[in-house]
Amino acid sequence: MDNKNISKRIFKDRIFTVCVTFLAFIACLPLLGILFLIIKNGASSINLGFFIHLPKPVGEEGGGIANAIVGTFIVVGIAFLIATPISLLTGIFLSENRKSRFSEMVRVSIDILSGIPSIVIGIIAYLWVVKPMKGFSALSGGIALAMIMLPVVIKSAEETLKLIPYSLREASFALGVPYYRTVLKVILPTGFSGIITGVLIAVARIAGETAPLLFTAFGNPFMNFNITKPVNALPLLVFNYATSPYEQWHKIAWGAAFILIIIVFVVNILARMISKKWKVTF
Amino acid sequence: MESDILRIENFYAGFGNSTILKNINFSVVENKITSIMGPSGCGKTTLIRCINRLHEFSPGATFSGKILLRGEDIYSINPISVRRKIGMVFQRPNPFPNMSIYDNVISGYILNGIHLSREEKERVVTTSLKKAGLWEEVKDSLHRRGTFLSGGQQQRLCIARALAMNPDILLLDEPTSSLDPKSTLLIEQLMEELKQTITTLIVTHNISQAARISDYVAFLYLGELIEFGPSNKIFTNPENKKTEEYLTGKFG
Amino acid sequence: MALKKTSKKQEIKKVFSKDPGPWNFYSRAGNKYFLMDWIFKKILFISGVSIFFLVLMIFIFLVLNSMPSIKEFGFRFFLSKSWDPVFEKFGALPFIAGTIFTSFLALLISLPFSLSISLYLGEFSKSGFFSGFLKNSIELLAGVPSVVYGFFGMFVLIPIVRYLEIKFNIEPYGVGIFTSSIILSIMIIPFSASLGREVIELIPQDIKEAGYSLGSTRYEVIKRIVLPYAKSGITAGILMALGRAIGETMAVTMVIGNSNVMPKGLFSPANTMASLIANEFTEAVSRIHLSSLIEIGLVLFIISAVFSIMGKIFIHKFSITENG
Ligand SMILES: Nc1ncnc2c1ncn2[C@@H]1O[C@H](COP(=O)(O)OP(=O)(O)OP(=O)(O)O)[C@@H](O)[C@H]1O
Ligand SMILES: [Mg+2]
Repeated sequence: MDNKNISKRIFKDRIFTVCVTFLAFIACLPLLGILFLIIKNGASSINLGFFIHLPKPVGEEGGGIANAIVGTFIVVGIAFLIATPISLLTGIFLSENRKSRFSEMVRVSIDILSGIPSIVIGIIAYLWVVKPMKGFSALSGGIALAMIMLPVVIKSAEETLKLIPYSLREASFALGVPYYRTVLKVILPTGFSGIITGVLIAVARIAGETAPLLFTAFGNPFMNFNITKPVNALPLLVFNYATSPYEQWHKIAWGAAFILIIIVFVVNILARMISKKWKVTF
Repeated sequence: MESDILRIENFYAGFGNSTILKNINFSVVENKITSIMGPSGCGKTTLIRCINRLHEFSPGATFSGKILLRGEDIYSINPISVRRKIGMVFQRPNPFPNMSIYDNVISGYILNGIHLSREEKERVVTTSLKKAGLWEEVKDSLHRRGTFLSGGQQQRLCIARALAMNPDILLLDEPTSSLDPKSTLLIEQLMEELKQTITTLIVTHNISQAARISDYVAFLYLGELIEFGPSNKIFTNPENKKTEEYLTGKFG
Repeated sequence: MALKKTSKKQEIKKVFSKDPGPWNFYSRAGNKYFLMDWIFKKILFISGVSIFFLVLMIFIFLVLNSMPSIKEFGFRFFLSKSWDPVFEKFGALPFIAGTIFTSFLALLISLPFSLSISLYLGEFSKSGFFSGFLKNSIELLAGVPSVVYGFFGMFVLIPIVRYLEIKFNIEPYGVGIFTSSIILSIMIIPFSASLGREVIELIPQDIKEAGYSLGSTRYEVIKRIVLPYAKSGITAGILMALGRAIGETMAVTMVIGNSNVMPKGLFSPANTMASLIANEFTEAVSRIHLSSLIEIGLVLFIISAVFSIMGKIFIHKFSITENG
């Protein structure tokens, strides 16, 4: 064999390895940049007042984002309450009827739903809720977010429940347990940690959604607990303040982005911890 | 006096268009161990699943004929109560992974929503685990998950779970095939002891196991009952040539 | 003992009908569980149906509410360059162009990076410090809300791009197609990298080992075995990433410049379909304006649905070849 050819091949391999590693590393830089900026700019604008005060008009010092934090919890809470039961039932349906034609149709629908741009979901929530109710509202925002949450939770529930061995349900049937109780008391609890993980990941995702809230929850400079009235939300506030021309509002936007990111990361980490800790082994 | 607890009459069963069991007729004697033997794929599991009506969960499952439990056709009463009267233990141990050992034993009550008082629970758990020969090993860790046990212990836990429901008949589908010899021996001893109070129907591949423990033997071949009788007769003087070939290891 | 074949089949009755129906439960020896099971199964079924109808209704409502615009402009809607709310003339071409430019450019920029990450994680080293770092980074990046990316783009990327534009003597907008593409590419890297990694990890080990055992280097195995093998999986990943980029709204809105004219070049301000909706939906007063925006939403819906279905088909194809 000619050694020259071999060393050329090995050289090529080396170059390739270096390139791949280098490119992979470069791709991580934006994350570091984003985290750095947010911590640097965000942490400095945060104090206790930031959490408990309402925004102040331009020109006045101080002010907080209490309304946006509360608003985010309201819209995400509404979405959670709407999406979780439907997702669980559909997830059970799909894992129980794996091969039927109809389940395949439902799966395609879910794929389509998860691919729909969130701004289009916003249009739909506008047409279905805002227009008939003649006004922007927290409820419409929650419904928009629920539609985004649905496919995520359904998929993770289906995947989790599919992995539960058939022998468990047979064990339950053999004890004379009816089907509905077998599903609710054996299958569902066994898949509980996987399902919770899926729900949390979906919550983390919708907590950061802005586009579907633009013409549903709309935003509100005041504190509001009424779900038929507009509310503010953290991502909305980040958007509105970041795109404003005022230096002072940018600072508040950085602080809000910081809190938003922390909420999203904490929920994500919680999800991972639960899936590790409560993992059911068969 | 020996009395029949279960009668199987002209029984056929299958999946879709294929018939797996053909014209099965035999009786199970109360408080005795009856083994079902036969080469792989001859329909042993299908038969035993028909006896507590698990068969009907398989897609396209069919049957005809009668299975009489104390004279009553189990296919004319509701399947839930049939399954509560006829316990089943599967080839692979399958304790509920989300439940403690304690809850696993009384899972038949928990899952069916049958309320037990504290004392009743304690009593059922203790007696069932004792009957299953597991009490000494787990009495200090009753509240740990059932899946932490060894395979043999898990299988005995599954037996305890079935016994907790006070079944008339216990069905065992190759209960020792996934276990080591020591656990197998323990389970065989356990079955001998249980014989006083419960009728056992066991599927086994292991000819020597069948010879050790059973009082009656049913030999299935290609879905037909080739021979049925007291085990000492079948093992010493089988009527059918197929049975003899199987027992002497010519096939299967 | 054995019966003839023909009579055997007649002998067996199908007793376990799939769905006995609630009216049947009395005949089943008065078992209340039949009713409960029946109801439970129906509830499950209805929830499945509801998802199907949700998607169907989304489509129908988009179509119905786009009708005024569809009737008014017809197919010209996609060819006309002017978007003029004052004279109520609406043409979507600038936004279609803006969307296509930004998303394809983003895909192009992100491809080497996401491919590298998936190769690194799926093929080079599955454990170790750097892969752990990489894995966590892309997971975190995937979790960053898009409005934060937009914010980052506004305050970091725009100044950098503006600086470059001054340097190269281009009109220094800072905002525009190029900036949006970069932000978009950062956003889709984690998504396509984790898809790519899944695809690469699904390739059976023995096929790769066959390559190594013939004395191939890793580069050669990747080039000749891994990539061709993963082709349809990677295609699916590209489609899905493209779908993401096309529908992404907030980050783009914040850095694209929101100009409703035909983009003139790589660095000119523009608007995408999604960012146009975000900008104008609440301000649209006339029926036709709103309807035109909804028609653009309909187009986005159709594109994303087609991409989802095609992605699914490619993934399916991939998993079939992978299984044998
Ligand atoms: N769910 C099913 N659908 C269709 N056919 C089945 C199903 N389960 C079993 N069979 C078929 O029924 C026949 C008998 O299977 P069964 O499990 O009863 O055999 P077995 O005697 O228990 O075998 P083994 O000793 O291997 O456990 C086999 O030919 C099998 O292919
Ligand atoms: Mg079997």
